[in-house]
Order: sequence, then structure tokens, then C-alpha cells
Amino acid sequence: MSKQEKEPMFSAKNMKYLTGPFSANNPVIVQILGICSALAVTVQLKPAIVMALSVTVVTGFSNLVMSLLRNGVPSRIRIIVQLVVIAALVILVDQVLKAFVYDVSKQLSVYVGLIITNCIVMGRVEAFALGNKPWPSFLDGIGNGLGYGLILVIVAFFRELLGSGTLYGFRIIPESWYIANGGFYSNCGLMLFPPMALIIVGCIIWVHRSRNKDLQEK
Amino acid sequence: MDKIKPAFSKGGKLGFLESTFDAFETFLFVPNTTTTRGAHIRDANDMKRTMIVVVVALLPALLFGFYNTGYQHFLSQGVPPEFWASLWFGFLKVLPIIVVSYAVGLGIEFAFAQMRGHEVNEGFLVSGLLIPMIMPVDIPLWMVALATAFAVVFGKEVFGGTGMNVFNPALVARAFAFFAYTPMMSGETVWIAGLTDGTGVVDGFSGATALEQLGTTGTMSYSALDAFLGFIPGSIGETSTLAILIGAAILLFTGVASWRTMVSVFAGGLAMGYLFEAIGLTTYPAWYHLIVGGFAFGAVFMATDPVTSAQTDKGKYIVGFLTGALAVLIRVVNPAYPEGMMLSILFMNALAPLVDYYVVEANISRRKKRVKLAK
Repeated sequence: MSKQEKEPMFSAKNMKYLTGPFSANNPVIVQILGICSALAVTVQLKPAIVMALSVTVVTGFSNLVMSLLRNGVPSRIRIIVQLVVIAALVILVDQVLKAFVYDVSKQLSVYVGLIITNCIVMGRVEAFALGNKPWPSFLDGIGNGLGYGLILVIVAFFRELLGSGTLYGFRIIPESWYIANGGFYSNCGLMLFPPMALIIVGCIIWVHRSRNKDLQEK
Repeated sequence: MDKIKPAFSKGGKLGFLESTFDAFETFLFVPNTTTTRGAHIRDANDMKRTMIVVVVALLPALLFGFYNTGYQHFLSQGVPPEFWASLWFGFLKVLPIIVVSYAVGLGIEFAFAQMRGHEVNEGFLVSGLLIPMIMPVDIPLWMVALATAFAVVFGKEVFGGTGMNVFNPALVARAFAFFAYTPMMSGETVWIAGLTDGTGVVDGFSGATALEQLGTTGTMSYSALDAFLGFIPGSIGETSTLAILIGAAILLFTGVASWRTMVSVFAGGLAMGYLFEAIGLTTYPAWYHLIVGGFAFGAVFMATDPVTSAQTDKGKYIVGFLTGALAVLIRVVNPAYPEGMMLSILFMNALAPLVDYYVVEANISRRKKRVKLAK
């Protein structure tokens, strides 16, 4: 950036960092990152939302911190520094979850800790924060976290609705419809298995690609 | 027919329905375009005739399935089963499942063909009949519809349609139904029509399949002859080994299915069965495995699927043998899955290309050595 004039905080370019990862540059369905946790935590909507927020916080602040440090860290040891920053943030998030939403934190089990190894976090720090100013980096991190969360929530929506008949813990499909109660309906048990999450992610990619022709591979 | 054809060709006023029209035309008549060049064996057959042969081969098992559905139903009600009454009852029971399977599957198939501008492929003629035959009688129709839709879209169309699929679509449908709606696909009550309601059932009547009995107690309450002829509870088309063997004879006589696969599946199952008998894991004769459950049905109609099975002759022996062996292994060792045939065929579907690859590679290196020796 050669121009030294001050940019407005929410300029069009900065907003693009924030909203780009929602669709055209989505970390899960375009860059295919962070799939493993997307399969693991999406059985129900509530843990998925908590996970999405946690990852958003971690990506946002790790980008911010690394961008602030980017001129002081020798590039040979930058991975170590990144890991320390990310791990510290993840432990913070983990402690907060344990303190305020203990049951969800138990459901998420190791996957909160595994945010450290989530490829999206490291990927954004490496690819963006090390070469950009703090504010755009922060927006980019938040945007990627939310883009990841968006997919998580969509997958969890279908898995919880079709697999358990509930949404966010509230019953959507009436009990009286079930075969056990003399009805005709039965939950799709396959939705509770991780493979089905992969298939739903596949469907999202399918729909997304057919709407964005420029992403289609020849 | 020829008169209305122009309306459906490109530019005609109904041009967008070209695929649909083409499907019906070639279904009813011999296609106008036949293979004239390339390394194809020229023959009066096209894929539609091949598929029809398979459908014909399925008929004995299907007819027996009708009869057995009624027979088991009347038996469970304590009414002496009469032949025609049983046949008619089973027909009324099974027909809706077949209609749903065909309507959903063909609907999706036609929609995809239209969207992509392909011809409609006729692979579903067989799959659409196979799906009802491997379902329990009492399954709700909407589950059949959902399983069929899943199988056609994710088992077939995402790979590029008929001929490109890695897995046998009918088995994908059954696997989907099995894992998604386990209570409706296993247990003691689903195999006989009317048993889930529990009304008017004779006291002490058990609907457990022969396989489930063998798995839990090591014996079955049916004679081996009954199991061979098919007078046992089970999925609609799988019970009668005799009817399946008639179908197998038709397939082999017309050369549609590979005898290599069939024979080696049976050999694999027997070998594994005898092994388990020898080490004392099972107490019943090993050949029971071949006549109960879906073993024979899978071996004859599923494992021989020309698309998903191995392509090389050696590969067919290997894949077939492993399919049979794996099926018995799952049956005996894993109590959660009394029927191992479905999983073992799907698993070997996934491995078949790998086996083919090594068979071809081995052949190449063998011939290279021969060239070196000659020099």
C-alpha cells in the first residue's frame, strides 16, 4: 500500500474482506478447510452455533494479534509464534465456554481444543494477517469465522431437523407423528452419523457451484 | 411414432422434451442409431434388451415373493394359506412398493436427463425392481420413496449416471433405509405383512428371519428345504433360493451376468462358512449360509452388476470370492448386522477398481518380462 491517506473504517474494500468469505471465498465450501470439525459438531444446532462463534472469535483475534506482530516476528519462527497466539486464544475461549455454557462445552468436548489445528485459523494468519494491516486482518478473520459458521449452521439445521425432529432443542415435528405413537413418521437415523454431514456439505457445494458459474472447474 | 417425432427433435416445438421422447421411442422400438464403428461387438442387443433380460430373470423370485408374502401373512394370522389367496394378497402388498420405487426413481432419472440433455438411461429398469425386492414387506412407502431418491441421486447421478456409478444403486437404497430407519429394517416384526400392528397374530409366533435365529441361537426353526424353497420370512424377493437359481440360469444362459462372479461368491461364502464351522464359531452347517437371507440374491443379482463389479476375469474371481467370504464374516462375527451381504457387496464395489488395477498391472509386467526373455 503506497498511498498513505487514511481509509474509512468500513470502506468498500474493507467490507469485502468481511463479506467475501460468506459466499465466493467461503473457507468450507470453496477452500475446503475445516471440514472435520464441521462434521463433528453439527448434530444439533446449539453446539454448532457455539462452535461457530468460538471459531469466529479465534480467527478474528489471532489475525489481529499476528498482524500487529507481523513486523517484529522473524519469519523463521513465525509458525511457533502463531501457534502460541492461537493456542492462548483457544484456551481463553475454552475457559469462557466452560464457565458460562458448561453443557455445550461438554458436548463439544475436544473440538474446542482442536480449533488450534483448524486449518482456517492458521490459513488466514499465514495468507492474510502477515501481509496486511491490523484492521483489515481483523475483518478478514471475523469474515472467515462467520463464513465457516454459516455452513455449520446450515448443516446443523438439516441434521437436527431431520435427524431428531427438533431445532435448537425445541420440538418441531410433533410427537404424535412418530410411528411409536401411532403416526407415520420416523427420524432419519443416518442424519446423526458424520457421513451424512459430508453429504450435506456436498449438497451445499453443489447448489453453490451451480449458482456461481465462475467457480466451476472444467 | 415417426410422424410426431419432428416435434420433439431440436428446434421442434416440444424440443425440450427430447430426452423423454427418445427414452420412450427406443424403449418401444429398436433404436435408429446402432453402433457402426469402434471396438464394439455388434449384436442385436442394446442396453435396454440386456436390462429386460435381467428383469425377466428377476420374475421367478418376484412371483415367489408375492406368494410368500401372503403365505407368511396368513400363517401368522393362523389361517391356512391358500395358494391364490396368498398370491393375491402378496401382489396387493408388494405392488405399491414397486410402483413407488419406479415412479420416484424414473422421475428423478428423467429430470436429470432433461437437465443435462442426455438420453435417459435404462439402468433404472432393473434397479427399480431390485429395490422393492430387498425391502421388508411392511416398510412405509415414503421410506421406499426417500431411499430410492437417495440412491438415484447420490448413488448414481452424482457420479454421472448409469454406467459411472461406483456402488450398486439398489444396495445404496437399502443401505440408506437400513441406517436411517433401522427399526423398520431389522428386528422380528417387519418381515411379515401385518405383524407390526400386532393384530390377530397367533400366540408365540415369531417373525424373526432364519438369519436372526441362526445368529442368536445357532439353530433355525425352519427346515433346510423350506429355506431353499423360500417358505421363510425375509425381504420380499430374497427368500427363495430356488427361484433365484432359476433367474441365475436365465442370466447365465443369455450371457448377461458373469458366471465367474457368481461361482466365486458362492465359493467364498462356503469357504468362510466351513472355516467358522471348523474353528467352532458356528454350530450349523456352513451351506446354511447360502440358502438363508440375501446371500443367493446378492450373489446372483447384485454382485454380478456389470458396472460396479470388477471388469477383468481374474478380478471377478477375486472380488467375488472376497464378497462371499466377507458376507459370512460379517454375519457370524458382528452381531449387529445379521445380514452381511449388503455391506460386503457395497464394500467390494468400492474395492473392485483397485483389484482391476492390480490385475491389469500384473498382466503388463508379466508381458514385459516375456518381451525381455525373447530378446
